[in-house]
Amino acid sequence: MKLSFSIALRFLRSGRGQTALIAIGIAVGVSVQIFIGLLIQGLQIDLVDTTIGSSSQITITSTNEEKLIKDWERTVYEAKLFEPEIINVSPAVDGPASIDYETDIDPVVIRGFNLSDSDPIYGFTDGLYEGSLPTQRDEAIIGRELAVKTGTKPGDRITLLTPDGGFTRLTVTGLFDLGVSSLNENWVVTTLDTAQGILGAGNSVTSVEMQVSEVFDADILAEKLEYSISGKDLRIDNWKDQNASLLSGLNGQSVSSYMIQVFVLVAVLLGISSVLAISVVQRSKQLGILKAMGILDSDASLIFVFQGLMLGLLGAVLGIALGFGLLWSFTKFALNPDGTPVLPIYINYGFIALSGSFAVISAMIASLIPARLSSRLNPIEVIKNG
Amino acid sequence: MANIIQLEEINKIYGEKIKTQVLFDLNLSFEENSFNSIIGASGSGKSTLLNIIGTLDKPTSGRVFIDGNRTDTLNKEELAVLRNKTIGFIFQFHYLLPEFTARENVLIPYRIGNYKVPREMEEWADELLDLVGLTKVKNNLATDMSGGQQQRTAIARALINRPKLILADEPTGNLDSDSTKTIYSTLRDINEKFKTTFVIITHDQRIAEQADRIVEIKDGRINLDIRK
Repeated sequence: MKLSFSIALRFLRSGRGQTALIAIGIAVGVSVQIFIGLLIQGLQIDLVDTTIGSSSQITITSTNEEKLIKDWERTVYEAKLFEPEIINVSPAVDGPASIDYETDIDPVVIRGFNLSDSDPIYGFTDGLYEGSLPTQRDEAIIGRELAVKTGTKPGDRITLLTPDGGFTRLTVTGLFDLGVSSLNENWVVTTLDTAQGILGAGNSVTSVEMQVSEVFDADILAEKLEYSISGKDLRIDNWKDQNASLLSGLNGQSVSSYMIQVFVLVAVLLGISSVLAISVVQRSKQLGILKAMGILDSDASLIFVFQGLMLGLLGAVLGIALGFGLLWSFTKFALNPDGTPVLPIYINYGFIALSGSFAVISAMIASLIPARLSSRLNPIEVIKNG
Repeated sequence: MANIIQLEEINKIYGEKIKTQVLFDLNLSFEENSFNSIIGASGSGKSTLLNIIGTLDKPTSGRVFIDGNRTDTLNKEELAVLRNKTIGFIFQFHYLLPEFTARENVLIPYRIGNYKVPREMEEWADELLDLVGLTKVKNNLATDMSGGQQQRTAIARALINRPKLILADEPTGNLDSDSTKTIYSTLRDINEKFKTTFVIITHDQRIAEQADRIVEIKDGRINLDIRK
């Protein structure tokens, strides 16, 4: 076995060109795998983050007639028992209204929050570009688009009409930009009690919103919540059920990424296999004499398995380096106009290790064909005087 | 003296549909420590005979005994071990591993059967290289030596495991007459010094005549058997 290893090593060293060629082949395969794999992972994380990162991932609403949760403090408490899997639990009072401004009346959504609870979900503090958050009753913040449309500045008062015919005036303390124009145009964000007052909700809320620490576990957690929450007439939704098309899109993307990776591996495997098979033929005379001298067939095969192993290791290491290089240049050269990378790259070491190990294993599998050839080689065929 | 090789009723037939019989009821034995040559026209079956003795080939029928062990019934692994310990091969072409130095090539048969190479084996390899006159080039890669030097390396390699038997198939077929002479005198020296049995196939009448015994094979049968 030691002899097989040292012969394998010498074979690789003496055929440097060939060795380099195979190793580079494997390296290119591994780097493409890592690059495409991490790019698509990054894309998915980014997509999920923009889609649902700044929104409620599990939402509890009421199914009773008034659509109000009376005992919401208990619901909040019960949801908080699931920390740290469930985070940022926040009650909300939502309802439709219309904004009456100089020239027109437009529909808006009143959203009342405990701002300290809901800020981690929606990022109002980060999104606020002018003024401050509402702290008192009858104060509100509105989005950029709505402010522009209605010509509102911090300190101005807006008039809201509710569906039941009432009207309210709120003082705008600040303007926000949450990065989503439909929110910027429609939301009037205020305190919980203000919203309760406008919408006639008394002390109730319309929903309890929350996020989860592992976004893809939202459905499982929603199910657990359903079992443990005591309130009656409650309905629990999670983002996965509400975004089935996004999920199937992500799934399709993952599958295509796996397909690419599998075919890259197959190509690498065939390449190694054929080059090593040729090297069995090239060295058949030496193998023949080794067999005449009493090397066991299994040891003769091991020479090629070791070659496969070493080529795989070398290729994997080179490939990982090359993959990092590709990712680095991608984040340096594929930029948005503002200089940020088109896509943030998330380095997943587990995935990189997996790609590397796959390369090593495939190289060894590829070497089984030449190993078998060399095991079958009959010394007399080779040493028949020529 | 005891026989190191004993062949009984050996037949060898090649081919499935069209059968070609190469050896016919051959009975032949060689004594220990003897220096023998086998001669014969090409196609006479002498290489087949040597391959059967060397356990590289199996007879279609008959019994083969090497050093007291019946070999035609052993499996591949047992044969590999037997060849490694008991038989040294020298072929017309040296088939050294070009990636290894002369000295490393000489040690390969030992490394086939052993994990580590102890100091005394290294010294033995040096001694053998000295014997075949390669002390100066022992650390050269096989490709950096002349044809004669390569063949002498192959001889040293055949000796490293102190085999009782050396089988040589046209060992000088590829060399000029000066190298041929040197190599034969080396083989003779080894035969006397280490009491190794030699069976050498050659087409060179002058070389054959220097052996203790000449066996001529003709059409798969023994035509002549001359002992001195």
